Amino acid sequence: MNSLILRTVAPFLTALMLLFSVFVLLRGHNEPGGGFIGGLIAASALAIYGIANGVSAVRKALWFHPMSISAFGLFLACVAGFLSMAFAVPFMTGLWVYPVVLGVEVALSTVMLFDIGVYLVVVGAIISIALAMEGREGEGP
Amino acid sequence: MAASPADLSAALVLSPVPPADWFVVLPPAWCLLAGSVLLMLRKKRRLQPLLAIPALALLVLFDALLFAHVLENGPVTMVMGRWLPPFGIAFTADLTGALFALAGGLVALAGGIYALTDIDGEGRRYGFYPFLLLLMAGVSGAFLTGDIFNLYVWFEVLLIASFGLLVLGSERRQIDGAIKYAFLNLVATTLFLIATGYLYGIFGTLNMADIALKAAAAREWLPLMTLAALYVLAFGMKAAAFPVNFWLPASYHTPRIVVSALFAALLTKVGIYAMMRVMMTLFPLEREELSLLIAAAGAATMILGALGALAQSDLRRLLGYAVISGIGVMLAGVSLGSPGGLGGAIFYALHSMIVMTGLYLAAGVAGRLAGTFDLNGAGGLHQRSALFSGLSLMLFFAVSSLPPFSGFWPKVMVVKAALDIGAWWLAAAILLAGFLTTIAFGRVYLLAYWRPAGAGRPAGDGRIPASAMLPIAAFAALALLFGLLPEPLLAVAQSAARGLIDPAAYIRSVFPGVT
Repeated sequence: MNSLILRTVAPFLTALMLLFSVFVLLRGHNEPGGGFIGGLIAASALAIYGIANGVSAVRKALWFHPMSISAFGLFLACVAGFLSMAFAVPFMTGLWVYPVVLGVEVALSTVMLFDIGVYLVVVGAIISIALAMEGREGEGP
Repeated sequence: MAASPADLSAALVLSPVPPADWFVVLPPAWCLLAGSVLLMLRKKRRLQPLLAIPALALLVLFDALLFAHVLENGPVTMVMGRWLPPFGIAFTADLTGALFALAGGLVALAGGIYALTDIDGEGRRYGFYPFLLLLMAGVSGAFLTGDIFNLYVWFEVLLIASFGLLVLGSERRQIDGAIKYAFLNLVATTLFLIATGYLYGIFGTLNMADIALKAAAAREWLPLMTLAALYVLAFGMKAAAFPVNFWLPASYHTPRIVVSALFAALLTKVGIYAMMRVMMTLFPLEREELSLLIAAAGAATMILGALGALAQSDLRRLLGYAVISGIGVMLAGVSLGSPGGLGGAIFYALHSMIVMTGLYLAAGVAGRLAGTFDLNGAGGLHQRSALFSGLSLMLFFAVSSLPPFSGFWPKVMVVKAALDIGAWWLAAAILLAGFLTTIAFGRVYLLAYWRPAGAGRPAGDGRIPASAMLPIAAFAALALLFGLLPEPLLAVAQSAARGLIDPAAYIRSVFPGVT
């Protein structure tokens, strides 16, 4: 879309929404939020960027192909399940570690890994659909 | 967050999980993992088969180990995330599920090898191998899950992967077939979802063993007949049973031949498997009530499938009708519900997975050699390669259920089970369908193989690549092996059927306390 206002605002809006999507992703374990909704927010952020600056700008900014991002998310989610094999607990059991970084206890878990995987799957899938629809004919995936 | 943690020890698995139990979740989980890696590497066209074929071989290994484990120890259960059933999603493998998963793994491996010649660089770029592994994740998950909503989810996974495989290359004809396929399959899965929502409303649980227990306890006042009828319709549509089978001949001849082979072997069998699982384990009495309907649908399916095969002149369409005809025999076995009938249906399903894959792959080679799939134009295949002609003839005998090949014994079992309860018309339908199939495939052999190639007929590529010959030869050999030595598989199929008819061991594996 050829609008100066949108083109000026889009980078800031995109950055803000991406940051917010990570916030939603991380708070999702105990409060409303999570990987799916976080991924949707991130995908809409990138879609706004695409509307303002064109599809190729988004592809360049993403660096990886959206489908590869999705695949990496699926891979992370699977790995989160397979980690429980080493601890003799059933598939997909949540495993927690509490390392202390700079005096702050950080709760890391396979549940979070799985949620990050969901986030990436949703971002990749929605963005590849959005880019295919925004892109011109013949500029498919 | 200051609240004291609730005591969850009664709802959690607290004993360590023995490593052998992992084989229950490994087939689908492994396929997802390998599929995601292949999807990340989908630009590396040369690397794709090098990674995918070992991954599929590992899948077969996992399936085989699971089968051995189940054969020795009975049904095995693992619940996701340490939550005890019915809260956690249970994966439960009994003999039936393990047998189907093993046969499915073999089919996928054969497809992966055959795809070396059938799927070119373009098809690989579109992601044939990632889709194949995701399809196998859905298929193995459907065979091994013990939760009915989870079964629906795996149906969706395999359906989405199958859409991808169906439009590989995006030709106009393929899109046409894919739309019919997609629409009718979505209707079937929606029916399945509606039935499952209704079921959850009635029972408040989705774990199949739990439902079986609750249904047995409160059968008199629950509307189970409605549920059973909805499930029969949904799974019948998936399995391409008459009169909801028209989507199959409309779509199975359009994709690449290896994709057709995978669909013919796997997708309809998932429908049959789901029908067996749900109708035998959850609603045995309702199945009894519906048995006449299922038997009539089965008889119509097999006769009309065989007639359709007789009427076709395109080899791929003909094979689509042969798939449908086989589904009829399995439905007949499900309708009988006795160990003989159901065991025959299980055996026949395994036979059909192996033989239909072999037939579709052979059809691919025949089309390549003759330059056409049209029976009126093809000819002289026997002159070109006597070995290939012999292997095809073995598969034709097997699909027509003639001895000494694998199709013969399960049909004997189903016919005998039908005669035992006096359903002579069902037995007659099975024999008639077998006779018609024999004629249909005899016609294929005479026209395309035996008849000398005439002048002016299109000539195709003369060579048969080893990667195409290997799976065909292996599956023809398997059909011969199970035809000559049917005893072990007969015994396993019958004990699998007994496990479905009396699910006590299945339920005990999910709820160890229940007697």
